[in-house]
Amino acid sequence: MSNNKSLSQYITLVPSSVMIGVFFMVPFVLIIMASVAVKTPDGDFSYGFDLTHFERFMTWFYIERALFSAAMCALISCISLLIAFPFTYMLTQFKERTKTLWLIYILAQLSLSEVLIAFSWQVLFSRKAGIGNILEYTGIIEKSFAMAPSAGAVIAALVYLAVPFAILLLYPALSRMDRSLIEAARTLGTSTLGTFFRIVIPVNRSALVSSSVTIFVLTLGAIIVPQVLGKPEHWTLSVLITDQAIFNFNLPFASALAVVLLLLSGSVVAAVMKFGGEK
Amino acid sequence: MKPTFSRRHFLGTAAAGAAALSMPSIARADKSPIKVGTYGGFFEDSFKEFVYPEFTKATGIEVESVAVPTGEAWLVQIKNAARAKQAPVDVSMMAGVNRLRGVLQGLFQVYDESKIPNLANLSDTFKARDVDGGLQAVGAVSWYITLCTNTDEISEVPTSWGDMWDPKYEDTLGLLALSTNSYLLEVTAATFFGGTDILSTKEGIEQVFAKLAEVRSNVRLWYRDEGAFQQALQDGEIPMGQYYHDVAGLAAAEGFPVLSTFPKEGGILDSGYWITPKHAKPVDEVHEFINFTSDPATQATLARYLGTAPVIDPALTDLTADELAAVSSPKSPIIPRYDIYMEHGDWIADKWSQMLGG
Repeated sequence: MSNNKSLSQYITLVPSSVMIGVFFMVPFVLIIMASVAVKTPDGDFSYGFDLTHFERFMTWFYIERALFSAAMCALISCISLLIAFPFTYMLTQFKERTKTLWLIYILAQLSLSEVLIAFSWQVLFSRKAGIGNILEYTGIIEKSFAMAPSAGAVIAALVYLAVPFAILLLYPALSRMDRSLIEAARTLGTSTLGTFFRIVIPVNRSALVSSSVTIFVLTLGAIIVPQVLGKPEHWTLSVLITDQAIFNFNLPFASALAVVLLLLSGSVVAAVMKFGGEK
Repeated sequence: MKPTFSRRHFLGTAAAGAAALSMPSIARADKSPIKVGTYGGFFEDSFKEFVYPEFTKATGIEVESVAVPTGEAWLVQIKNAARAKQAPVDVSMMAGVNRLRGVLQGLFQVYDESKIPNLANLSDTFKARDVDGGLQAVGAVSWYITLCTNTDEISEVPTSWGDMWDPKYEDTLGLLALSTNSYLLEVTAATFFGGTDILSTKEGIEQVFAKLAEVRSNVRLWYRDEGAFQQALQDGEIPMGQYYHDVAGLAAAEGFPVLSTFPKEGGILDSGYWITPKHAKPVDEVHEFINFTSDPATQATLARYLGTAPVIDPALTDLTADELAAVSSPKSPIIPRYDIYMEHGDWIADKWSQMLGG
């Protein structure tokens, strides 16, 4: 009996395994193969084994870019959760109807593409039509100034992109949370803030960890926002990969950079899961 | 019994079926239609509206328009199709380093010059040949990148590319973000080193890089997307920078305070060439098409409606002096050194990224 059951389980796994195999593994293997491909004199490349593209990465310029990308996305991940977690916690305490309306609104935000967000923020941060004009009008600053391109602009736009994801990732855990824990803490004399920090956050630790990792990986892949709102020193590894693949005719090097990016995000995910997840 | 319907059989049947389906069109007209690739957007729209109908009227050959990307992606698509002995289009526009690489990799057909009488209108610059002298690409249209300003913000019009280095323009410039589309190495060489010859050696390129690095503090935006800069230029947000002369002219015609200036060192002249992928079938029709676009009348139409510069001697066209001035300049242009990106591509790309990042 048990053998039969496991067999039927295997059979139901077949369609999804085939899909994952074909649509995920094949491009992945092609990227790995391209990253060690040999460049030919006519500007093309042929499959082989050549580590020059990885050697080219091993210069301070590219390593610094990789570290900068990781640090910036980690920061964005932190800021997004600082905004999303308290909001989601309050959202779960709203009436059913209000909750639904908010969730629909947040889901709608996800339909905005990165391109749209980048260009909207470019206008918001401009000298002639942006936030600066409101600040000038209200007398907070003397004269409107351009706020982009800058690191702040890149971070703001990517946080804006990430917050709806963070809310939707945190919502299930927070809405399932056992309210009696909070009641117990409150009955025993813990303040509202104390309850939030000593009960709500620890109980939802795994949801927080998985959301932060998702936001990290999501923003690491952003290319338009850093390009449009950042100076060259704010361009992430993903921007350099795009340049190599589209403008510099070097698919093997672009693939090598992509493999590095994959290893980078993979090791961050693994480290966070190991040290930050549930015991 | 073994199954007799093998894969090879299937392919054979499918080919026969496809041939049968295409029969009626062959029977209807003795000239087969051609697929022509141009850059999607304004380029393609203008060709569809002003060139293809006239071509069909003149030759009876139908044109199917295909929008193609400007970057390397298009060359990769042609290459992949060639592996399957296919051609995604019969003739396509292609520019810059892409075209050189395509020729080098043997992806294109050699044209039969006797079938293109109008080739005589073109100078040798616009007849690109492979090492054996075979004609692989023919000039289609040219365009200039010039120094553009927002006249509301900058009243004193700059006259030289060198003005970009002037400290008074701190944080006001928009420049293209890549060496292979901004051609700023060529601009710097022509402005400060008496011409682009200095780029022939690595040492020379390094000298030019050192000079170009000095412009960085004046640059507000290094743009890849034309739209991002055009908006900022029109609004005066980023009041000065390098931009396409034709599009700047269109913006000015729409009433925006945008002015395109040919600096005294000349504008950057880039050109799109017609190429035909190896396995394209309607070869005669393609030759007729290229002959048509090399005609002075077609070149004049393109200058008027697309805003591109003719690839033939302007004297052959009926363009008035004003019309010609709108699309080009008598000053000798800065011609991109595509060859250096072929020879030192990776090295220049790395140096370029490092220069931008400081």
